[in-house]
Amino acid sequence: MDWLIGRLSFDYLPQVPATIGAAISMPVITVVAIGLLVKYKKLGWLWKNWLTSLDAKKIGVMYIAVAVIMMLRGVSDALMLRGHTASAGPTGEGLFDSDTFQQVFTAHGTIMIFFVAMGLMFGLINVVLPLMIGARDVAFPWLNSVSFWLFFAGMILCNMSLVIGGFSPGGWLGYPPLTENQYSPGPGVDYWIWSLQIAGIGSLLSGINFLVTILKKRAPGMTLMKMPIFAWSVLSTTVLIIIAFPILTATLGMLSLDRLMGMHFFTSDMGGNPMMYINLIWAWGHPEVYILILPAFGIFSEVVATFARKKLFGYGTMVAALIAISFLSFIVWLHHFFTMGSGANVNAFFGIMTMIIAIPTGVKIFNWLFTMYRGQIHFTSPFVWFMCFAVTFTIGGVSGVMMAVPGIDFQVHNTLFLVAHFHNTIIGGVVFGFMAGIAYWFPKIFGFTLNEKLGKYAAYLWQAGFVFAFVPLYILGLMGAVRRIDSYDDPTWVPLFIISGIGVVVILAGIGMQILQFAVSIWQRKQHVDTTGDPWDGRTLEWSVPSPAPHYNFAITPVVSRRDEWWYQKKTALRRPHKTEYIDIHLPKNSSFGPLIGVLATAVGFGIIWHIWWLALLTFAAVVVCVIMRTLDDNSEYTITAAELFSEDSKRFVTKRKAVL
Amino acid sequence: MTKNVAVLHNADATTRLGFWLYLLSDVMIFGSLFAAYMVLRHNTAGGPSIHDIVEPSTVLLQTIALLASSFTAAMAQLALRFNKPKEFMQFVLATFGFGLFFLLMEIGEFRTLIDEGHSWQASAFLSAFFALVGTHGVHIAIGLLWLMVLVYRLRTRGVDDNFKRKFGLFALFWHFLDIVWIWLFTIVYMFGAAGI
Repeated sequence: MDWLIGRLSFDYLPQVPATIGAAISMPVITVVAIGLLVKYKKLGWLWKNWLTSLDAKKIGVMYIAVAVIMMLRGVSDALMLRGHTASAGPTGEGLFDSDTFQQVFTAHGTIMIFFVAMGLMFGLINVVLPLMIGARDVAFPWLNSVSFWLFFAGMILCNMSLVIGGFSPGGWLGYPPLTENQYSPGPGVDYWIWSLQIAGIGSLLSGINFLVTILKKRAPGMTLMKMPIFAWSVLSTTVLIIIAFPILTATLGMLSLDRLMGMHFFTSDMGGNPMMYINLIWAWGHPEVYILILPAFGIFSEVVATFARKKLFGYGTMVAALIAISFLSFIVWLHHFFTMGSGANVNAFFGIMTMIIAIPTGVKIFNWLFTMYRGQIHFTSPFVWFMCFAVTFTIGGVSGVMMAVPGIDFQVHNTLFLVAHFHNTIIGGVVFGFMAGIAYWFPKIFGFTLNEKLGKYAAYLWQAGFVFAFVPLYILGLMGAVRRIDSYDDPTWVPLFIISGIGVVVILAGIGMQILQFAVSIWQRKQHVDTTGDPWDGRTLEWSVPSPAPHYNFAITPVVSRRDEWWYQKKTALRRPHKTEYIDIHLPKNSSFGPLIGVLATAVGFGIIWHIWWLALLTFAAVVVCVIMRTLDDNSEYTITAAELFSEDSKRFVTKRKAVL
Repeated sequence: MTKNVAVLHNADATTRLGFWLYLLSDVMIFGSLFAAYMVLRHNTAGGPSIHDIVEPSTVLLQTIALLASSFTAAMAQLALRFNKPKEFMQFVLATFGFGLFFLLMEIGEFRTLIDEGHSWQASAFLSAFFALVGTHGVHIAIGLLWLMVLVYRLRTRGVDDNFKRKFGLFALFWHFLDIVWIWLFTIVYMFGAAGI
């Protein structure tokens, strides 16, 4: 039987009530969702219009949908963690045993970084980047779909661990030797490895795709220095992805060779070197945090300029700062383990480099403030997110500079102070940025704006919840509470842990407010319809097309002559294009390979995790066959004729001009 | 007509840039494995060191085979450019033959090591050695599969611009693997033979 089902057995089914509940509810919800789709005959519609679509905007929406669902899981993990620490003091037992607690914090970190932050980032890039640079599509639309489905496969594997097998106990970066066979023989670490490995390859392919899109697909006249700053931020991020993600692939590959083939890269015996893993994983991991934050910086640059009704202050220094941060992000990784003992000189180098990163980041903050200076500020919900960001992120940055001093770091290394610091930058920076982006670009995709009032309430709740959840952790960290602590005997810590738990509940209320915002906005969508295509009086090209944006993006390729092209175009001449200006365009046909490769990749991962080798080999071969079949398919595009474009576009032009005048 | 040609040219440049960026990412994968090898190469755990297992004559033969296949790949590309299908097929066959020869020699080398009890499980050094050399070997195998698919395409559809572009990418990949091998040859085998 072993050859057939590997090491699958009933022993790996969940034993604890909380996980039993999750294990039963997840498949049930999936089956019910599919059942509803079948009942209302929407399965075909979903398949044709969404799952197999190669339209970057739709792929982007799917990324965001998956990321939002995963955020709910990540936040429930956080709630469980803080619920446990609030009740596991000198008097209480807490909610979980240590092993479950370890799996929960690993799942929380892994999900939040890989399936929430990365998902929201790729989602927003897919949705707006091509529109912003005047392109009809990304450079490689099919690869884009494959990237999404690999991301999806990784997400499925990560969640499957709840149903059978359990997750890794090793934290979001899985440090060996704990994650080696000797100490973690079960499938948990393998779930972690393969869900990241598969999603990571998707991210790498996306990185290549978007860099080529920026370099090759810009509208005529849009030189690099005329691009919106968001495009610059994506350019920097994709360069980081292309250089950093292969290191993750190689490192996870080595760890799984240790686990599957008995190699000794990171074992504690036979000459293995666990510290090498920690160097390698942070050589990816530090650029990774900048991969997440740079697009958020780009979003804020667009939001601030739009709602201050002013051109962005210091465009050139913004670009220089992005490039400087990208470069510096590769020479600071050792600050994650000053305590390793590399010696004073090495620590001093990495400490100083870390502090230097604060300079370009500070430049950006001041540029946004100067953009606001003497602007006509409109306090819309994206702008409220920006204000929350500006304060919170700056505090997070300052605590980062503190920890860049090796002497201080020796004191607070791996304490809750560190946990507070990185949540300060990731929630205050990345999450607030992507929330601003979703509120800002939502009308471009769906054709109506979101309820502004509820959006602002959500931002305030997130902000307040953040303060309650993490300021106590700063204090606890200074008092000596190590991170990932699951029990303690100091009674003075109890109130701080309880306040932190309350903070998570407030954040949860913020998310609830956002869900309410979506529901109310969809309910009242008729009142919030965006007829102009330009609801915020925007500056960049995505606001020059109707909302929702047509699947071909631009009926006529726009010609660019300056920054903020649309802002000046609408102020000067908005001319109805002549019929002869339209030409035939080619767009990619739908492809079923994306979802198919997603299913097959899940099976490859499942086969390896459970040592079902025939399944892994067979499905991997099937993935190869899919790729070969695609390369042999020369007939993958269809044409929209100039006449069709003309008739669709001229109808829209009338309303657009009315609105602008 | 001219407009169509321009569009095609643009698609060509886009794919080529994408492929160069993929190669850059592969450089980073090999870079990580090289770094791991450099860190672990003296951690032999009482087993053999690289000096004990390197066989200069075998490696030299492998190198010659791989360089020859790179040369024939370049010749095939020239034949394609000057529309000489017969010569093209001959050079493709030679490229495939040399590549296969290289791969078989590598498998033979691995088998000998395992038979002598020096498998990847024996020490951290051997893990790093097998992973680094093996990753290059896997790339060669992928290249050979790619070449077979290209020949199938040629047989069924003949030569068109699409084919020329695809073969150009393959040639790029093949030369890239040659460069990686030069690094492997130097850092693993030459340093090893010299006992550095």
